[in-house]
Amino acid sequence: MTAAKLTRAQVAWRIAQDIPDGAVVNLGIGAPVMVADYLPADREIVIHSENGILGMGPTPPAGEEDPDLINAGKQPVTLLAGGSYFNHTDSFAMIRGGHLDCCVLGAFQVAQNGDLANWSTGDNARPPGVGGAMDLAVGAKRVLVMTDHCTRDGSPKLLEVCTYPLTGRGVVDRVYTDLAVIDIADGRFVVREMVAGLDADGLEALTGAPLDFADGCGVLSAAIG
Amino acid sequence: MIDKQVHDFDAALAGVGDGATMMVSGFGAAGAPQDLMEAILDRGWRDLVVISNNAGEGERGLAQLIRAGRVRKVVCSFPTSSNAEYVRDAWARGALELEIVPQGTLSERIRAAGAGIGGFYTRTSVGTPLAEGKEQRCFDGVDYVLEPPLRAGFAFVRARLADRWGNLTYNKSARNFGPSMAMAADVTVVQVDRVVGLGEIDPEQVVTPGIFVDRVIEVAAT
Repeated sequence: MTAAKLTRAQVAWRIAQDIPDGAVVNLGIGAPVMVADYLPADREIVIHSENGILGMGPTPPAGEEDPDLINAGKQPVTLLAGGSYFNHTDSFAMIRGGHLDCCVLGAFQVAQNGDLANWSTGDNARPPGVGGAMDLAVGAKRVLVMTDHCTRDGSPKLLEVCTYPLTGRGVVDRVYTDLAVIDIADGRFVVREMVAGLDADGLEALTGAPLDFADGCGVLSAAIG
Repeated sequence: MIDKQVHDFDAALAGVGDGATMMVSGFGAAGAPQDLMEAILDRGWRDLVVISNNAGEGERGLAQLIRAGRVRKVVCSFPTSSNAEYVRDAWARGALELEIVPQGTLSERIRAAGAGIGGFYTRTSVGTPLAEGKEQRCFDGVDYVLEPPLRAGFAFVRARLADRWGNLTYNKSARNFGPSMAMAADVTVVQVDRVVGLGEIDPEQVVTPGIFVDRVIEVAAT
């Protein structure tokens, strides 16, 4: 039996289920933005964008884009009723000041102590750039990571120690991959859910650090195709 | 009488020259003072040092200045926007220096300069390469990095409305770095869509009070 690996959309759906009613969340550039598409309709969740928006809404219909209303990925968005605009300094006061309930970030590597590396592979042939990731990593009350379990060439991204330059030290609370939901607790990876078709040894073989398995470790699945 | 409105780019850019340090508002193209950047391009100044979140984006404004080789250094958080190949090219050729600052630290360093703060401690970047060589201090068991204020000779800002006292309102997420940058330069020059009469901006809606603004130039939005 092969592992019932989740698609990226399914991982986004799974993360969305864990965001509670009333939460204020920041969704990082790239795949984490997809979480917005799956937020349960019966919960009121406020999306923060670091370029000065609370209450960010979905992509506008074609022809109604406003170049002055964009998200952190610089794509056109809308504002929901109750939303607000503010300057960058206030926006990062919200982030660093612990006012965001959670953020969802991508990752190159996550270490078992919660270290996050997501801005640089140390490749000196490319210009560096960090954006707001370091501020989000230290500031949000909960830091959730959305990532493939392994790189395209099959190397593990969950490690004992990150080898890439860090974004933040000991900042990650939970990792959602295409294979598992994994908490970071007391310097260890603790598996909460794992896809069907994979056993503990199979998951550990794809992970660069030892794993603990929570009592009642569940099956990771998504209610979307 | 106070009248900060200027009517041509020569007046708007008086004092700018080779080697000028300048803050440029905007997050991507939103809030970027593109016409002021093009006026600087037209004047041929070189060795510019720019403080801006991105190293320009797309075709216009700061992107043109960098393409033309006029910018020596950019202090920014994210120079590698998806359509910023010109940054990679200039950087790879050694023609452009990049200093990377985390976005919130960049914004707060600018604010600190404008607010007369001699530096501040932040948890952002602790344990990363961007904290190397910086003073660190532990408060209540948490490590912080000391960051200095960031000033410039000029701030070039885009806003929506101004009056002749320099009071400003912005448009949506185009506000971004404008209010902080306006505080943090010797001379703040604002490109606005429209100059309105004194008193026409509701005082409760003024985002940047005129005290932070030196010059206003109206460039009708296209």
